[in-house]
Amino acid sequence: MSHLLEVKNLNVKFALRFGELTAIDGVSFTLDKGEKLGLVGESGAGKSVTGFAIINLISKPGYIADGQVLFDGQQLTTLDEDALRRIRGDRISMIFQDPMMTLNPVLTVGAQMIETLKAHQRLTNRQAREIALETLQKVRIPSPEKRLNQYPHEFSGGMRQRIVIAIALITNPALIIADEPTTALDVTIQAEIMDLLQALCASEKMGLILITHDLGVVSQVTEKIAVMYAGKIVESGPTVDIITTPRHPYTQGLINALPGSRQPGETLSQIPGMMPTLTDIPPGCAFHPRCNFKTLVCEMEVPLLMSRFDRARSVACHIKDN
Amino acid sequence: MFRRFKDSYLFYSFKQDKTAILSFAILMLLLVLGSLAPVIAPFDPYDPNSIDIMNAELPPAWAGEGEAQFWLGTDIQGRDLLSTILYGLRLSILIGLGAVGLQALLGILVGLAAGYLGGKTDAVLMRMADIQLSFPYLMVAIFISAIFQVVFGIGRYEQLAVPLLIVIIGLAEWPVYARTVRASVLGEKKKEYVEAARVIGLNRRLIMFRHVLPNSLTAVMVISTIQVANAVMSEAALSFLGLGMPITKPSLGALIKSGFEYIFSGSWWITLFPGVLLVLLVLVINLLGDWLRDVLNPKLYKG
Repeated sequence: MSHLLEVKNLNVKFALRFGELTAIDGVSFTLDKGEKLGLVGESGAGKSVTGFAIINLISKPGYIADGQVLFDGQQLTTLDEDALRRIRGDRISMIFQDPMMTLNPVLTVGAQMIETLKAHQRLTNRQAREIALETLQKVRIPSPEKRLNQYPHEFSGGMRQRIVIAIALITNPALIIADEPTTALDVTIQAEIMDLLQALCASEKMGLILITHDLGVVSQVTEKIAVMYAGKIVESGPTVDIITTPRHPYTQGLINALPGSRQPGETLSQIPGMMPTLTDIPPGCAFHPRCNFKTLVCEMEVPLLMSRFDRARSVACHIKDN
Repeated sequence: MFRRFKDSYLFYSFKQDKTAILSFAILMLLLVLGSLAPVIAPFDPYDPNSIDIMNAELPPAWAGEGEAQFWLGTDIQGRDLLSTILYGLRLSILIGLGAVGLQALLGILVGLAAGYLGGKTDAVLMRMADIQLSFPYLMVAIFISAIFQVVFGIGRYEQLAVPLLIVIIGLAEWPVYARTVRASVLGEKKKEYVEAARVIGLNRRLIMFRHVLPNSLTAVMVISTIQVANAVMSEAALSFLGLGMPITKPSLGALIKSGFEYIFSGSWWITLFPGVLLVLLVLVINLLGDWLRDVLNPKLYKG
């Protein structure tokens, strides 16, 4: 069975002055057509780098040291720049965190949409304009005809994120990588944007990788979750299972930290300590300094991501019976 | 388009600033006078038939010995000074704009490539700019025009003086543009919309010229005004040293020089009038440049 996207043992390193730094360490996951995967973790866990590594757009001094990214059977890590450019924005699109920054302030949104289309398809300006109009309607922007000729500063934050989504959608990609698409927006707009993304994924049969630190958002939208910590996936499995029965102490900590089950006035539980910086990842399990269940073996050996309990679940932890 | 401009912050702050309005009015007047010189000027100073050597060094019309038809007097060859100044103004503006156009073209291309591509390209291009800046442009100009006059003869030189001056002044100062553009490109290319453009799959040329360059042009606009003033001054300086426009087709600088030799024999007007006009031209351009710099500076932007 072939997957839409198959990431195998991906390693991303950064060559810095004081030596090499491993940002992504042996990350593997798969995604099928129309499937939605949530990539969860703290800031600096390597979520965004994973997103960029998929489209092979790691900027210097970073580079993909090892591993494979198979998209529709095509190896992206070794593809040349021209072929990659044809895939980026056409088959795989990306949505960024801050819609204030991702649109070019001096071009109208119409120009930016048309430009994306024309970078990948042979179209006349009129045809491209038609498609741009249709896409704006799809992302539910009122009076698209007028909006097409406006500049980004004339839009509100939520509207701009819709434009960004429209630009990502305009070429009918098979996969969308959304890097914290709602972090910069307020909660009501967040819900609207997530609904929109979900509906579009369903109607267009697109795969979605949702990169976020917000477990609430992930649990509503995705079917699978991969939890990342210090450049590694520590737990992965179906969303329902992970939310209801988290196995890795880190995932448990994350879910306990959600305010949901607390009474007003009660303090939220939190995971003690900070995620280690990539320059000094502790030996053994990277999480052990913050873990309540740590044993001697946690400080010595790196736990492997193994499927446990049932075939869909994998956990990287030495403690067997959690 | 016009309405958008009328509502813009640029136009608003222009209306608030009396110096800017006055400078702009004077600059426009000078530009019109210069460009319409052949229509307005009472005589054609390039036509030898209209020149009578008997009229040489007549003072302005209001002075004792002045003649009514030569309102600002005549120069040493008997040309009407007003007409000659108008034609000279035209040449000065033409050379100034042309030189800045060339500087901007070269400088923007080099700065954009250096800033966006970085690495070795950056190092090579910017060292070229450094080397260029370490040559005094007067020295280069003296070399080039001396060689030119020898190779083509004085006759051809008269015809080719304008493009030659444009090239000399243009080549002398392109590093100013290159450095400015490079600096703002370095700032722009780290912004997310550039990353987004790469994610969309646009090619490098499109990202450079359509996304990065327009966002870097604010600084270019400001230095352009100042560079026009500089180029006009450079041309005047070269002409004053006898390396610029020939006396048969004088620019403002060449006129000042030709009058300079007679200033102590009492013919003050040949130097004074073109001198005043040159100062006025450079001054208003600089004042407008100052205003533009203040308006476009995001740190001062309040609108």
